[in-house]
Amino acid sequence: MLTFMASDSEEEVCDERTSLMSAESPTPRSCQDSRPALEDRENAAQWRGQDSEEDPEEDADRYVCSGVPGRPPGLEEELTLKYGAKHVIMLFVPVTLCMVVVVATIKSVRFYTEKNGQLIYTPFTEDTPSVGQRLLNSVLNTLIMISVIVVMTIFLVVLYKYRCYKFIHGWLIMSSLMLLFLFTYIYLGEVLKTYNVAMDYPTLLLTVWNFGAVGMVCIHWKGPLVLQQAYLIMISALMALVFIKYLPEWSAWVILGAISVYDLVAVLCPKGPLRMLVETAQERNEPIFPALIYSSAMVWTVGMAKLDPSSQGALQLPYDPEMEEDSYDSFGEPSYPEVFEPPLPGYPGEELEEEEERGVKLGLGDFIFYSVLVGKAAATGSGDWNTTLACFVAILIVSGWGGALGVFMGGVMLLSHVTIVARRDVVWWRQHCSGSQEACRDDTCSPWHLAEPLRGPGEDQGCHVTSP
Amino acid sequence: MTAAVFFGCTFIAFGPALALYIFTIATEPLRVIFLIVGAFFWLLSLLLSSLVWFMTRTITDNKDGPVQKYLLMFGVLVSVLIQEMFRFAYYKILKKANEGLKSINPDETAPSMRLLAYVSGLGFGIMSGVFSFVNTLSDSLGPGTVGIRGDSPQFFLNSAFMTLVIILLHIFWGIVFFDGCEKKKWYTLLVVLLTHVLVSALTFVSPHYGISLVAAYVIVVPMGIWAFFAAGGSCRSLRLCLLCQDKDFLLFNQHSR
Repeated sequence: MLTFMASDSEEEVCDERTSLMSAESPTPRSCQDSRPALEDRENAAQWRGQDSEEDPEEDADRYVCSGVPGRPPGLEEELTLKYGAKHVIMLFVPVTLCMVVVVATIKSVRFYTEKNGQLIYTPFTEDTPSVGQRLLNSVLNTLIMISVIVVMTIFLVVLYKYRCYKFIHGWLIMSSLMLLFLFTYIYLGEVLKTYNVAMDYPTLLLTVWNFGAVGMVCIHWKGPLVLQQAYLIMISALMALVFIKYLPEWSAWVILGAISVYDLVAVLCPKGPLRMLVETAQERNEPIFPALIYSSAMVWTVGMAKLDPSSQGALQLPYDPEMEEDSYDSFGEPSYPEVFEPPLPGYPGEELEEEEERGVKLGLGDFIFYSVLVGKAAATGSGDWNTTLACFVAILIVSGWGGALGVFMGGVMLLSHVTIVARRDVVWWRQHCSGSQEACRDDTCSPWHLAEPLRGPGEDQGCHVTSP
Repeated sequence: MTAAVFFGCTFIAFGPALALYIFTIATEPLRVIFLIVGAFFWLLSLLLSSLVWFMTRTITDNKDGPVQKYLLMFGVLVSVLIQEMFRFAYYKILKKANEGLKSINPDETAPSMRLLAYVSGLGFGIMSGVFSFVNTLSDSLGPGTVGIRGDSPQFFLNSAFMTLVIILLHIFWGIVFFDGCEKKKWYTLLVVLLTHVLVSALTFVSPHYGISLVAAYVIVVPMGIWAFFAAGGSCRSLRLCLLCQDKDFLLFNQHSR
């Protein structure tokens, strides 16, 4: 935010402006269709919860749709700023909620801080006599974990490329089943144990069944937006708790750092799996795993509307069952990993955020890793809240900064800048805040690096704005 | 010690700040961002000063005794200096950002420097208060008896009030500081720094909370008045506001009168 405002060169400003405007401007054809959408949007304000932004939005659309070069320059910047700030805040709230859930659980339920074995992905133990040995083991653990993640990501990309949608579909359903039922059951059991509350099996069965079934419906199919968001936050928290429990300390920090680097590589390298995934999805004009992503507004990605006229309905009505059916046919699933599978931060949704004027999207892996970060700080802090809070603020800053800057092409440079700042914090802040680096990983600028060259004339490419 | 102590102290210390946040900051996303960035700047200043303190500790080889107390005082002094330096740095950054904003967008009213002064002061204050008090609060939920070894049994209450006054002081210091920077009155910066050092130094008379608390509250009142006038208030506007005759304010809030 600050860097954006402090940018002095007109060049950058023009780029920012044109980038954002081209991101927000639908194609001319959909423009005419989206005009009536404005009236519907007025009615459907509840779905987006944007009350005060209606008028500027209308104006923006009017200007945007007309495609007139002589629009008032002030309006767009105002909108840019407003939307930038609003989107950043819309990122803060779910991230904060997830972290709060994780920290609250860590601080109260003993189970998640007890060491009870390790995942098979981190076979090397950290109970070694010497520091050097421990470091070596954690690095080896990281290597194994990262290679598993890479392999899984590539596998996913291959599946997607060869259109094995059913396989992916099934995989995602399995993962979310596991998360929603098994992990919830374990979590509930531990919480009940902590507070010494007795619950009989029939009640437990009923509760877990209802919770899980509604979760599956909300996430994979349709449901009220708030409920879907709540479920996504809860499963991210559950996943994060699993990681906090089963990842040994040093390995966790090294893994977080390594994943940042991997994400950067995966998204920016021409042959990176994530980049290939994005490109393939854009070629096919399909939304990329839309339900993988936490969305603060619409459930599906409006920017990736199909070119047929029926798809314009997506722009018009906020909640069109038929439309949703279509776009969900291929991928409506969130990709949660299976029980002991790493969350695959390489999942396509993660670094991609669609910055449309109706809301922002954030990949679930981001939630998970922020929460792992703060949770680890809370778990190892031995009752020290200062560390946790410092981590929390650092994550907000870095993700907010990255998010605001994720709109702009210069984001990569700034990312390294941010990483440097964050790393300095890491070294000195009792090594508990290394998450800033990890948070930086999400500020991959696949949006503007990818979207610009790929956007052809007359194609409504998705406004892929990366933001953590 | 009991939930009552916990909640009571929490609301004493953070109630006003929370109210200020809810009523003035939470509605505007831009202000929230500036608040969090301000908090982050304070964190950075703390990081730097703890670094300095840590280095001096290692230099003196962690010996116990009066040396540690003097080191701590030195550390606090350095910390205050660095906090004010970071406040100045934040001012510079905000100034640049404001100019950038204005150049991009001359029509839209960017947040004024006074507003940013208030927001930054609140950010500093909240972070500072939270950092100094949250561990104490968490302990107050656990078992124990306060003052069983002869310390003051009013420890939690005194800490809560001290935290409150520090938060308020940070807000006022922020406003006064930025105002001084804007009008190039450098003596205001010095006054802010000196009062900050004074308040921090007073916390070293630790068992005698009366002195430090009373002194801090005695300082906060004139500071508040100064901040009020620096922020553009006047006796007239205060009177109008209190008598609910401030037409601009009423129109803004759409009350009919």
